[in-house]
Amino acid sequence: MDNNKSWIDQRFPLTKVWNEHLAEYYTPRNFNFWYFFGSLAMLVLVMQIVTGIFLTMHFKPDSANAFASVEYIMRDVDWGWLIRYLHSTGASAFFIVIYLHMYRALLYGSYKAPRELIWILGMVLYIALMAEAFMGYVLPWGQMSYWGAQVIISLFGSVPFIGPDLLTWILGDYAVGDPALNRFFSLHVIALPLILVILVFLHIVALHTVGSNNPDGIEIKKNKDKNGIPKDGIPFHPYYSVKDIVGVVVFLMIFSAVLFFSPALNGYFLEHANFVEANPLKTPDHIAPLWYLTPFYSVLRAIPPMFGSQFPGVVGMFAALLILIALPWLDRSKVKSIRYRSLPYKIALGVFVVSFIILGYLGMQPVTPVNAFLARVFTATYFGFFILMPWFTSIGKTKEVPTRLTE
Amino acid sequence: MSEQEIDLKKRRFLTNATSVVGAVGVGFVAWPFLSSWMPSARAKAAGAPVDVDITKLEAGQLVRVLWRKKPVWIFKRDNTTIANLKTLDSELTDPNNEENQQPAYAKNTWRSIKAEVAVIVGVCTHLGCSPTYRPELGAADLGGDSWKGGFYCPCHGSKFDLAGRVYAGAPAPTNLIIPPYHFVSDSLIRIGVDPKAS
Repeated sequence: MDNNKSWIDQRFPLTKVWNEHLAEYYTPRNFNFWYFFGSLAMLVLVMQIVTGIFLTMHFKPDSANAFASVEYIMRDVDWGWLIRYLHSTGASAFFIVIYLHMYRALLYGSYKAPRELIWILGMVLYIALMAEAFMGYVLPWGQMSYWGAQVIISLFGSVPFIGPDLLTWILGDYAVGDPALNRFFSLHVIALPLILVILVFLHIVALHTVGSNNPDGIEIKKNKDKNGIPKDGIPFHPYYSVKDIVGVVVFLMIFSAVLFFSPALNGYFLEHANFVEANPLKTPDHIAPLWYLTPFYSVLRAIPPMFGSQFPGVVGMFAALLILIALPWLDRSKVKSIRYRSLPYKIALGVFVVSFIILGYLGMQPVTPVNAFLARVFTATYFGFFILMPWFTSIGKTKEVPTRLTE
Repeated sequence: MSEQEIDLKKRRFLTNATSVVGAVGVGFVAWPFLSSWMPSARAKAAGAPVDVDITKLEAGQLVRVLWRKKPVWIFKRDNTTIANLKTLDSELTDPNNEENQQPAYAKNTWRSIKAEVAVIVGVCTHLGCSPTYRPELGAADLGGDSWKGGFYCPCHGSKFDLAGRVYAGAPAPTNLIIPPYHFVSDSLIRIGVDPKAS
């Protein structure tokens, strides 16, 4: 066995990689449950890739056959329903896990120096994941697939000057149709998964270069013993690899409950109108994107057209997403973790989370004057969080940060 | 050969020149791939005109046909509707059709060749949904008594009157598009072809 190992190690850094990233990768000893969601996201990614490979074997990326081929998977393919529901439930689970993962970063200041690049790579991952999910949602070619694609792609048509040509280029036609479905299939199955996997790799390499943050927001590398090992660090394997298994078990329990008892989750994970085949003549009475895109969709709807163009709304929507990237530079606080932050920051974070959730809720509701007004208010507070951040992170009294982990 | 001083300037020039030529090469190679996303010859050929027979169309009734893969509405307006269209100017973004959303021969209050027959591309100018036909007067959910019939977009709440003109304050920036069309006979409309200049 050892002979084999050294034979490989002379040709490939197997032991070195194992040690650097698992057995001798020192992680703060005080991780709480918020730290499950990174490994859970990887679990879901693997699940999506595996179920996706098998769905691709039966799916037909053709506007005439796509809807029927999904029904065929559901009814005629052995266990096809399970593979498809794993994939569709997995998509929503992916976003739940990612949103909690991102919230963890907000709680403990994990985006702050020296982890800015991890945050940026994570944001790019998040945006790529949204594109991946959107294109996947178009493939079954139901009513929501079709009209969702119509709305989202029309966003690009509002770009001044080049909009209409850009729209035609994206669609490969003058309306949403077979060419769009076919290229979305290609992007969903090959291009974006490849990008996602590469980005996850970079995200982890960057993380392992600077080391993990922790609920105290203290750099454990500042306190090392005589062997150069952080005093507050424990090896990732076996300590956290085993702990993460507990997270996986709990996650799979909840996931399976949805998967087997309510895979459509009352229209939240699979919208009812998508059980009807795409009909270019009739928009469903109420259309909304799936829940994970609705906060940004609300921002889009909240901003009225200006100068005879609805481009400002589109800019607002993308700005709401992209402004997150600037977070490491907007936050002026010397303290990372919420445990030691000042009161103004705690209030602001609370307002931000409430704004995000209410915007998400409003994005699923029909437009009424009250809803439109609320969407504008919470769009303002959403952006207010970022615009006022340099101010509210530099005022108020922060607590003394200890030099060693507290628990 | 004696040791010569390295000419860094020359080396940098060569590096830059190689990079520029390489970038041009990348551009040339990218072109066919980017270009492959444009509508294919088959997609371009699929824009043929569509004929619609309106013999059996009653006042208030609406039919939808697909023209260039977009829904087109054809519906008949009665005299009340036509009269109502003139009373709405103050509530509309562009009551006089200043924006070029219709052919010149449809640039009038009812935005059609004949006041009683409307032909409109049923695609919301906001984000491309197809608005719902709501001809009933005074619909409670659409503003009650002030609602004179029209179209309501379920996606983002834009409202249009029965000539496809957008109500002010809606997310849609402009009136609905009127396609080129003409009457082949009193009862047959051809969508996609302008009337012959006569």
